[in-house]
Amino acid sequence: MSKVIRRTYSNYFLLPAAVIYVAIFILPTVMSFFFSMTRWTLADWEFIGFQNFATFFQEPSLSIGFRNTFVYALVACTLKVVLGLLLGVFLTAKIKTKAYLRSVVFFPTLVSTIAVGIAFSMMMHPTEGMLNTSLAAIGITGPDWLGDTRIALLSVALVDVWKGVGFATVIYIAGIMSIPSDYYEALQIDGGNAFDKFWRIIVPLSRPATNTVIILAFIGGLRSFDLIWTMTKGGPGFATDLIASIIYKQYQAGFYGLATAGNVILFLFVTVLAYPLSAYLNRKEVDL
Amino acid sequence: MNRKLGKLVVETVAVLLSVVIFWVPLYFVAVNALKDPKEASELSMAWPSVVHLWDNVREVVTARDYMLLLAFYNSTLLTVLSIAVLIVVCAMAAFVMQRKKDRLTPWLTFFVLAGLIIPPAIVPTIWVLDGIGLFKTMTGLVMVEVALGFPFGVLLYRNFMATIPREIDEAAIMDGCGGFRLFFRMILPLLQPVTATVIVTSSVTIFNDFTNPLYFFPGSKNATVQLTLYNFMSQFVSQYNLLFMNILLITIPPLLLFLFFNKKIVAGMMAGSVKG
Repeated sequence: MSKVIRRTYSNYFLLPAAVIYVAIFILPTVMSFFFSMTRWTLADWEFIGFQNFATFFQEPSLSIGFRNTFVYALVACTLKVVLGLLLGVFLTAKIKTKAYLRSVVFFPTLVSTIAVGIAFSMMMHPTEGMLNTSLAAIGITGPDWLGDTRIALLSVALVDVWKGVGFATVIYIAGIMSIPSDYYEALQIDGGNAFDKFWRIIVPLSRPATNTVIILAFIGGLRSFDLIWTMTKGGPGFATDLIASIIYKQYQAGFYGLATAGNVILFLFVTVLAYPLSAYLNRKEVDL
Repeated sequence: MNRKLGKLVVETVAVLLSVVIFWVPLYFVAVNALKDPKEASELSMAWPSVVHLWDNVREVVTARDYMLLLAFYNSTLLTVLSIAVLIVVCAMAAFVMQRKKDRLTPWLTFFVLAGLIIPPAIVPTIWVLDGIGLFKTMTGLVMVEVALGFPFGVLLYRNFMATIPREIDEAAIMDGCGGFRLFFRMILPLLQPVTATVIVTSSVTIFNDFTNPLYFFPGSKNATVQLTLYNFMSQFVSQYNLLFMNILLITIPPLLLFLFFNKKIVAGMMAGSVKG
């Protein structure tokens, strides 16, 4: 029988996937460790040890990326979890406009990030943008959303949340709908109110959804590039440069070794933050 | 009675908020796409004094030697090819990975899941593509999209494979079916629901992809729709109306997809994303 199994579930089925995945993903990942230690022109390389990494940590314009990337991922992720949970609870309640609201919240997920970025940078224009002209109408002087170094990163993160919260909401809707109704009945018998229902049942039992949202949003935030590139290009100064946009700038400037070192750093950064996070979250997960 | 009223108020507020938060930005883009350059540069919400729908469409489409049409062609081709390859590759791999349990399986799983977390190493990928002569080619970009979409696709397929009873395999084997006939005749048709999910989610991702074409498909002949927007941004900096019209035009395909598959997208997302 084992021979039949081997013949039926032949390893040849893995071949097309293996060829593409190994050539285009695994091999470059492995090679990046080597090329990150070189001065590299694609055609030719010169081994220089950890010099690229040293440059990355010493240059303020490069190392600012760590802080920015972390802040960006943290803000976007936190807001997506909180808003996604609240929207998920609201959109699983008995309301009449449920179908409409679900579609509307989910729609931005499908629109191109570049289009969203361009539209919002126009709306965030300091004097003419819709956001500040509306604020002016009620007597508030709005900030320079993308030009002020203190808030530009947060402005972009907010747009990221606008675009991505629909995805988090869908995951929460799925998670909340899978909670058996017995729990709600038991709570009713014990005399719990809506507050108890939220804190004692929905929050703990939609834990798997929370974990999925945290992991996806956090890793997505650490890796994000296109929104920041469209809205600020890392500016003003380097105030919104993320590791991914620094990698692109170094690549554009022809510093391939340095760009690859940035990639390795991003790889380590993501692994060091995401792996313990996911291990921690999975340990605390409760079974339904 | 009081509770009913409260509910009504909450719902009304929610609908109003949805209009402000989601419809107003869309309206802003649409209304400015209809203006002339001067009015559009005010970036206001006002309705245009004269609607320039066709003028603007014509101008955006003909700009830079019909670059937008070329981009639509490239993006469509990229999306269709990538999805076709992605489906075959993921389904085949998932079939064996779910059915066969040997020493290799945990390793395979580890490597595939790593792809969900690890950011792709960009310049080394260019180096590999260049080495095999596929840099700046459609084939090369398709391979990149497939390689990067593979982990999520295989995850979806493998979870679904687990719900297809093994008895089907056994019956087919008894009847003398080999692996390939079993897979293509029996299993692949049964995987249709996931295939639909993969088609919908990946087509949006690939059509809207900006980063990979930017790195792996440079050159004005190789424009994809997301890049046109980006290229046009500097050119149209004084012609916001055309930029907005361009945004509007490239949003139409995902919008259509959304209208047709609204229910399926949400259901598929739910099946694929919780407890993967």
